[in-house]
Amino acid sequence: MNWLSSILPGIKKKKPDRGSVPEGVWEQCKQCATTVYTPEKEKNLWICPHCNYHERINAPRRAAILFDETPTVQEFASEVRSYDFLKFNDGKTYQERLEKSQAGDSRREAIRTYYGTVNEVPLVAAIFDFTFMGGSMGSVVGERFVRGVEEAITRNVPFVSFTASGGARMQEGVTALFQMAKTTAALSRLAEKKLPYISILTDPTTGGVAASFAMIADVVIAEPKALIGFAGPRVIQETVREQLPEGFQRSEFLLKHGAVDMIWERRELRNKLSELLTLLTANPGQ
Amino acid sequence: MSAISLLDFESDIGKMEAAIELLRESDNDNTSDTLKQINALEKDKVSKLKHLYKNLSDWQVCQVARHAARPQALDYINALTEDFMELRGDRLYADDRAIICGIARFNDTPVMLIGNQKGTDTDGRVEHNFGMSGPEGYRKVLRAMEMAEKFNLPIISLVDTPGAYPGIGAEERGQSGAIGTCLLRSASLRTPFIVVVIGEGGSGGALAMSVGDHIAIMQYSVYSVISPEGGASILWKDGSRMEEAATLLGITSIKLKKLGLIDEIIPEPIGGAHRYHKEAIDSVKTSITTAMQRLLRLDTNVLLDKRQTRWRTFGQWKESSNV
Repeated sequence: MNWLSSILPGIKKKKPDRGSVPEGVWEQCKQCATTVYTPEKEKNLWICPHCNYHERINAPRRAAILFDETPTVQEFASEVRSYDFLKFNDGKTYQERLEKSQAGDSRREAIRTYYGTVNEVPLVAAIFDFTFMGGSMGSVVGERFVRGVEEAITRNVPFVSFTASGGARMQEGVTALFQMAKTTAALSRLAEKKLPYISILTDPTTGGVAASFAMIADVVIAEPKALIGFAGPRVIQETVREQLPEGFQRSEFLLKHGAVDMIWERRELRNKLSELLTLLTANPGQ
Repeated sequence: MSAISLLDFESDIGKMEAAIELLRESDNDNTSDTLKQINALEKDKVSKLKHLYKNLSDWQVCQVARHAARPQALDYINALTEDFMELRGDRLYADDRAIICGIARFNDTPVMLIGNQKGTDTDGRVEHNFGMSGPEGYRKVLRAMEMAEKFNLPIISLVDTPGAYPGIGAEERGQSGAIGTCLLRSASLRTPFIVVVIGEGGSGGALAMSVGDHIAIMQYSVYSVISPEGGASILWKDGSRMEEAATLLGITSIKLKKLGLIDEIIPEPIGGAHRYHKEAIDSVKTSITTAMQRLLRLDTNVLLDKRQTRWRTFGQWKESSNV
């Protein structure tokens, strides 16, 4: 993680970022309940060494385990910030929710965008952060995503998204809904340049994010056992009033039904991603 | 006018309509006295309707937008076009009846129509699944959009859906990807794309048919990121607080216009489209005619640039480099 603090001065110095872990902490695995020494889990890419549960990780952690440890990693578009333009108050204002999720660092949002290399393959990555208001997509997520796509076009490099989202951000109403069209419209421009778009679905990817850019990439990858779907399981259960099938809406279920190309373990992600991008860009056309 | 089901806030209107009906029935000889009474009551009713519809709450607008007697896509298609030929099926699995696609003439111009049909009676609602489409519906839309591009047919989209269907089969057959593909393809479609929200614009399922060049919404239609019931259920774990949620979510034509999310509000007759079909349909015709004349004059590259720019600019944020 040291490289990240060196390129993003201040990220850890001012406040302890959620990407860093205090020494000597033990945590229980959410799946098998085994207690694991946190630094060990960090070394294991936030995967439980006992049951292989792929823990949900925030954007800085994801960036730290994705990119090469070189000083070329750059975060951009972090100056794009949300505000409460609808004066949305459901007992707590949207502004309050934003501030709580920012926890003192107003660059924080449900998405962060980075340029960097993976095994020396340059790429732009848009990484969702489920810990920020459930990874919900509002104006800022849409704008940062589009700036990410445009950065990829400018640099002539592939674009990779890591999704973890419950869908559109209710607190921004229809403006949030329209981000689904805004993001996919940008991807149509990326496709014109014949630059690869890879979508990596992590737990959970549902709603407006699933139903816009997440499932329509050139190659769609899922992390093991991630929840992926249009409607949430509870809504479906209430609608159809029958037992949902075993493993419904999990990565393995989507693979079987032809919605994703591959399931990649987190520890093989870097090598597979760089190999895939190398294959896709080996023969540039006219 | 035959009796239509009344919304809960229209009970006074219902009483007046019943009184008028009674007078009409009792008056076999059309006596001038009774006629006078009927006229006075009619006048009173119109002024009551006017007052009522001027002051609808957001939730009441939503109820009007969902009214069972509101004209649906096929009503508009039948009234506004000639030689309609329906195109059915996604060529992969099924023909989703929640979405109707087809070619026809509109003001003598050949066009592609896509629209939601909810069904008008019990059988119809079952057939059309209450206007909630599965992936097959969106794949049919994709087929229609690509055919429209191939044959230079302007697209008219008539949106009226509670949302895409949340079901097991829909998930198994790729509901998300089907909607996403419609969004992606719409952005680069080389033909004019006119959208009219005629009832409910329910979330992603409505958006799949809305990424166009001109978006109009009828005065008492709604467009929403989530249904007021769904929103209330998430915000307060209480689906019955939909009135509050409706206001918060900003779903009415006026609010959408104010935020610059839609281009035009199509006025509806006082009392709503469900009461006066013909007037509502005429109003929609005027809007589509004007939009189409404008869009057909544009060079296709300009049209596409404008569409891309339009969707690129949606969103509200601030820029600051403070941490």
